[in-house]
Amino acid sequence: MTRSDLAIIGAGPAGMAAAAQAAELGLCVTVLDEQPRAGGQIYRDVDRVAPLRGDILGAEYTYGATLTASLKHSAITHLAGAIVWAIEDQFRISYTRDGRGAQLDADHVLLATGALERPMPLPGWTLPGVMTAGAGQILLKQSGVLARDAVLVGSGPLLYLIAAQMVRAGTPPKAMIETQTRSDFISAAQHMGGALRGWRYLAKGLKMLASITRAGVPRYTSATDIAVQGTDKAEAVSFISNGHTQRITCDTVFLHHGVVPNVQAARSLGIAHTWDAAQQCFVPKRDEWGQSDKEGVFIAGDSAGIGGAKAAEYAGTLAALQIAFAAERLTREDRDRCAAKLRAKLAHEQAARPFLDAAYPPYAQALLPDDSTVICRCEEITAGDIRGYAKLGCIGPNQTKAFGRAGMGPCQGRYCGLSVTALLADARGQTPDETGYYRIRPPLKPVTLSELAGMEVTTPDAVH
Amino acid sequence: MKTVSPFLELESGPRVKVILDDVALSLPQGANLAAALLAAGVPVFRDTPISGAPRGPFCMMGACFDCLIEIEGTTRQACMIEVTDGLEITRIHHDEALA
Ligand SMILES: Cc1cc2nc3c(=O)[nH]c(=O)nc-3n(C[C@H](O)[C@H](O)[C@H](O)COP(=O)(O)OP(=O)(O)OC[C@H]3O[C@@H](n4cnc5c(N)ncnc54)[C@H](O)[C@@H]3O)c2cc1C
Ligand code: FES
Repeated sequence: MTRSDLAIIGAGPAGMAAAAQAAELGLCVTVLDEQPRAGGQIYRDVDRVAPLRGDILGAEYTYGATLTASLKHSAITHLAGAIVWAIEDQFRISYTRDGRGAQLDADHVLLATGALERPMPLPGWTLPGVMTAGAGQILLKQSGVLARDAVLVGSGPLLYLIAAQMVRAGTPPKAMIETQTRSDFISAAQHMGGALRGWRYLAKGLKMLASITRAGVPRYTSATDIAVQGTDKAEAVSFISNGHTQRITCDTVFLHHGVVPNVQAARSLGIAHTWDAAQQCFVPKRDEWGQSDKEGVFIAGDSAGIGGAKAAEYAGTLAALQIAFAAERLTREDRDRCAAKLRAKLAHEQAARPFLDAAYPPYAQALLPDDSTVICRCEEITAGDIRGYAKLGCIGPNQTKAFGRAGMGPCQGRYCGLSVTALLADARGQTPDETGYYRIRPPLKPVTLSELAGMEVTTPDAVH
Repeated sequence: MKTVSPFLELESGPRVKVILDDVALSLPQGANLAAALLAAGVPVFRDTPISGAPRGPFCMMGACFDCLIEIEGTTRQACMIEVTDGLEITRIHHDEALA
């Protein structure tokens, strides 16, 4: 079995930057990512796609090629298409690649598994034709496939970015149904100072909005009571905007109200998490280098808390410095000298976050949906079911499994975990921290028998 | 089953033949399978074991499992596979009424 100094899960900006830094400092690094090519979410498939449609996706996308190029270092092994499904102590990583199970050992692990879109349960969100806005962007990025008549629903900078990219591609969205209100903007204004330090992001946001408006895309704000209508697939979106009931016919709906850390891997290792009230999600506890409460396991990038692509890159590099220090490849002085510069850049990058978080809060009715709305897509459990469990005395997400099958489907709670926590916390008058989250157990993704059969299994250590 | 596609393809590369439930489709070689099926006008990929409700791709990043289809007897995520020549795909139906 191969052994690496460092195994990195995720080849997005955080994972790629960490790999490059660690390799440069003499560590032997393996990067695993389930996607067929490096890039992560923001730079998905950049090497192949930049020449095809870099103009539509913009310079911030094509920049990713500098990071993918750094993976070519001889001390880095990039295992593309490797789905990691278990990380065990000290550290043995099990994954599936090309339909076969395999394992590798590493002294340190960096989880750089990125973000997921915040679940946005609203009536009709399970209908075919309803996708996340990120999915719409993935279709464009990876496949050059564009929705002709999509309606974008929700809030946040990513929603505008995707709309702007659709405009540039020549297929503007049919409408934008936005959930943020004027009062959100006013309360966000108190964070304006920080936002001005991150003025580039603000300027970029205004430019995107201008391009969307110029393309004649109707924008409905302060939207509530949003529902997707249709029997076998999406046919229309209905909502109330500023006192008026509206209905827009469409065959594609892209939902988005922010991204949240993908904590599946960290949770499976039993790493402690806390509730981040500003970002309304759980984040893993980490020290200033990104090390979790499990020694040797680091977490960087959006899987540690939403900061965006640049912040992910700096955080990945910081973790690599500490790992190299622990492996005695770097002196304390050199580590601290390099880290100081990175921390300054990271702080600058994070300056605009509080403003963005306050200006584009999640859509309240999707945080605590109506009783009839499905929240667990896999097992078709409704919000009312969860409230019913709470009445029967269910105290936490892991107990819901005794009442029904919420979170027990193949997605393992990726798209219902936060909803279940929110509903139980609300019903019981508790904080999300008190309520907790699903316990996640490996395998992180379903593994088939034939994948296991193809696996080379070596007994860990003969002597214990 | 096949309707006018709500999706537009920007590029036109070489295509290969793929069988979906006994129907031949011509899809771009090497493309993401879920994207290629959507672009070919296939919105529904399966129905659910519980209520028989139709489902199609939702996240396109391997997280939601709504895009499950069957290939050579194995259930797989269409958004995590590339189109290859001669691929035989079965849509999973639990509710025969919808089949
Ligand atoms: C769908 C989507 C689209 C986005 N688009 C943009 C955008 O256009 N611009 C922008 O600024 N921000 C975008 N974001 C925000 C994004 O999270 C950050 O900008 C940035 O990509 C975070 O970098 P990262 O390195 O932390 O994680 P990511 O870039 O998300 O990389 C994480 C990688 O980990 C891999 N992974 C996760 N779990 C496993 C596993 N079990 N086994 C193997 N591999 C695994 C994933 O395949 C992924 O490639 C998007 C987010 C999402 C969810
Ligand atoms: S569309 Fe979500 S897993 Fe494929």
